[in-house]
Amino acid sequence: MTSAPNDLRALTPVPGAADPLTSVEGIVDGLSEVGYIASRRIATSLYMATHLQKPILVEGVAGVGKTELALSAARLLGLPLIRLQCYEGLDEARALYEWKYGKQLLYTQILKDHLGPELGQAPDLASAMARLQGVGDLFFSEPFLEPRPLLQALRTEGGAVLLIDEIDKSDEAFEAFLLEMLSAFQVSIPEIGVIKAETPPMVFLTSNNVRDLGDALKRRCLHLHIPLPDQALEERIVAARAPEVEARLRTALVTFVQGLRRLDLRKPPSISETVDWARALVLLHARTLDPALVRETLNVLLKFQSDIAAAEAKLDDLLTATPGRGGGHARR
Amino acid sequence: MPAADPGVLAGFIRALRASEVRVSPAEAIDAHRALADVGFADRALVRDALATTLAKSAEEAARFDACFDLFFTRREFATGAAEEASAEGLEAMILAEDAAGLAQAMEAAAGVVGASDIQLSTQRGLFARRLLDQMGLRGLEARIAALRDSDAPDARALAERLGHGRADLFVQAGAFIDRQARLYAGETGRRLREQILARQAFTAVADEDVRAMEALVRRMARRLAQRYARRRHRAKVGQLDVRHTIRRSLAHGGVPFDVVWKRRKIDKPRIVVVCDVSRSVAAAAQFLLLFLHCLREVVERLDAFAFSDRLVSVNDLLDDETVDDAITLILERVGFRPTDYGRAFEDLFDDHGASLDRRTTVIILGDGRSNYVEPRLDLMRRLADQTRSVIWLNPEPETYWGQGDSRMDAYARFCRVAKTCNTLTGLERIIDDVLRTRLPR
Repeated sequence: MTSAPNDLRALTPVPGAADPLTSVEGIVDGLSEVGYIASRRIATSLYMATHLQKPILVEGVAGVGKTELALSAARLLGLPLIRLQCYEGLDEARALYEWKYGKQLLYTQILKDHLGPELGQAPDLASAMARLQGVGDLFFSEPFLEPRPLLQALRTEGGAVLLIDEIDKSDEAFEAFLLEMLSAFQVSIPEIGVIKAETPPMVFLTSNNVRDLGDALKRRCLHLHIPLPDQALEERIVAARAPEVEARLRTALVTFVQGLRRLDLRKPPSISETVDWARALVLLHARTLDPALVRETLNVLLKFQSDIAAAEAKLDDLLTATPGRGGGHARR
Repeated sequence: MPAADPGVLAGFIRALRASEVRVSPAEAIDAHRALADVGFADRALVRDALATTLAKSAEEAARFDACFDLFFTRREFATGAAEEASAEGLEAMILAEDAAGLAQAMEAAAGVVGASDIQLSTQRGLFARRLLDQMGLRGLEARIAALRDSDAPDARALAERLGHGRADLFVQAGAFIDRQARLYAGETGRRLREQILARQAFTAVADEDVRAMEALVRRMARRLAQRYARRRHRAKVGQLDVRHTIRRSLAHGGVPFDVVWKRRKIDKPRIVVVCDVSRSVAAAAQFLLLFLHCLREVVERLDAFAFSDRLVSVNDLLDDETVDDAITLILERVGFRPTDYGRAFEDLFDDHGASLDRRTTVIILGDGRSNYVEPRLDLMRRLADQTRSVIWLNPEPETYWGQGDSRMDAYARFCRVAKTCNTLTGLERIIDDVLRTRLPR
């Protein structure tokens, strides 16, 4: 759930001397340097997010590059990435902080011997109580606090990129709990007080639309919907992600995938599947899209048996529409 | 970087709201800040910056794009006129082919006459006329008339040109008002119609309104289900369960090592909906089924049955088919036959009796008209005894209950709630009641 912030920061090259955040073009270029091909709308929302200091809510079908956007933004900004994966039943204790109960108990056990004489010296019950209360507060202090991703993100010096992944999978209660954090970049811990971020983290929330998010949350965020890319953009993405693929094959495979998306499928392939497939084809030393090879590797693109069957039926049509096909493929 | 004119953005936000993009004041402030940051120089940038601050879902983004294009167009004026310029206002601009000037004058006039207040598309003519009057059309017309009467050599030609300009002006004003109407009036008209539809009896919905009605049903069902799901989703909330913690601590010599938290029991009520699709309720049945389909999509543990003489489970149909197909198939299979409530209850107990228990709430949608056959009140009593509650929604008004072949008065005695329900608002209110109060949490 958490990342190793320091490693990431060390890894990160800050691309170029100029701050990439001064213009939208700068962001587009900067992102492409770290391997993320962004449309202008994506770059604009990133730009707005840094300038307005607001979280971005990223929506889109699975595999379209929502999580990757946050990872790339972290690399671009040279900030550590802290990730919180949401699921049903996620609560504050796992997202924000928890008291180290075990440690508290252990300490009370170990310190029991010291407590006895200490309290024994107290003249009466009231003063013993007072003393005990002083000790009790010790147990609810920083050393016993276990920071979880949200608190980590607020306390990271110099800022961080916080990725709250698949927020739609969490409960509504958790969504409401996030509101304070997202609008003021602060959280209240009853025993300690309000913790406010010195440098507000850059927050990405991703959603697959499992359920509709509340208006209150949406209002606090900038909204970014990432659609499936068009042919040109997808080719550039494949080129960036799987540079080993030759240009001709790249065009062919992207055309094929675009054709697949026009079929009535349960889960049309998204960008990540295209990239996976491109890499698979490279591993198989494919130079052209051979029908037999496509048939064998269709399971990389399509994840449901019914989809694979539907695509196989249309395979010839799809391949004839694909340029750069024909000739034997070289498989060794 | 030109400063943002707050009036323009305010107008745009109003147009957005009219095309069903919900914009809160906080978002409007964000948009202002965003604009102050990016300026007006780059159209694509303005559009993206506003989109990301104002449109908060994929559908809203699509509507935003359409609205943006519509709002930020300024059509070029085409005047068939010459190069010579005359002295004043409108006439000068027409003769000089000053498209930008005319457009500006039109916007200014629109501001004065409040063109964006247009409510209904039928007001377009009125608003166009007001707009032109404001721009000084009367003066222009007087001038044309004067020119036509005069004997000066160029007067005729000038009058001709001005006449053309005037005609163009009419076209432009019409287009301008059209655009205003599309931006601002669409919403009011649609909302008005939906309000009427929601209150209209199922049986009286005209064919052309069916689509709109369906959309309405779907939205209501979704809203209900969402409200309901919210109540169900409260699971465990962190409170110490002292009793269990102490019990477990015994294993550690009294040290409370395993801390146990209280869990709230999640209620999983079952809803069984029995829908009458016979001839007498045919008109209402379509909407009831549609409602059922939507509800079934969003509420877990909902069993749906349809009957006219025999009762069948329609769960599979509702799950597998599209709405329209499902409704057609259900109506084909069991619909439009004479009703037999007694038989339907028998079927319900024979085939699905096991699923009726103390956690079940039964909702019956039907008119209670049993064609004088045995109503099987004993089974109705058993149903009421065996389940948590029975709710009967009847499309007929209460005064008809018990008249003719209606046995509704008899059935009603066994129901926790028996109500007339023949409009969409009624249906929504009752189902909401059911989900909120009749089911314990």
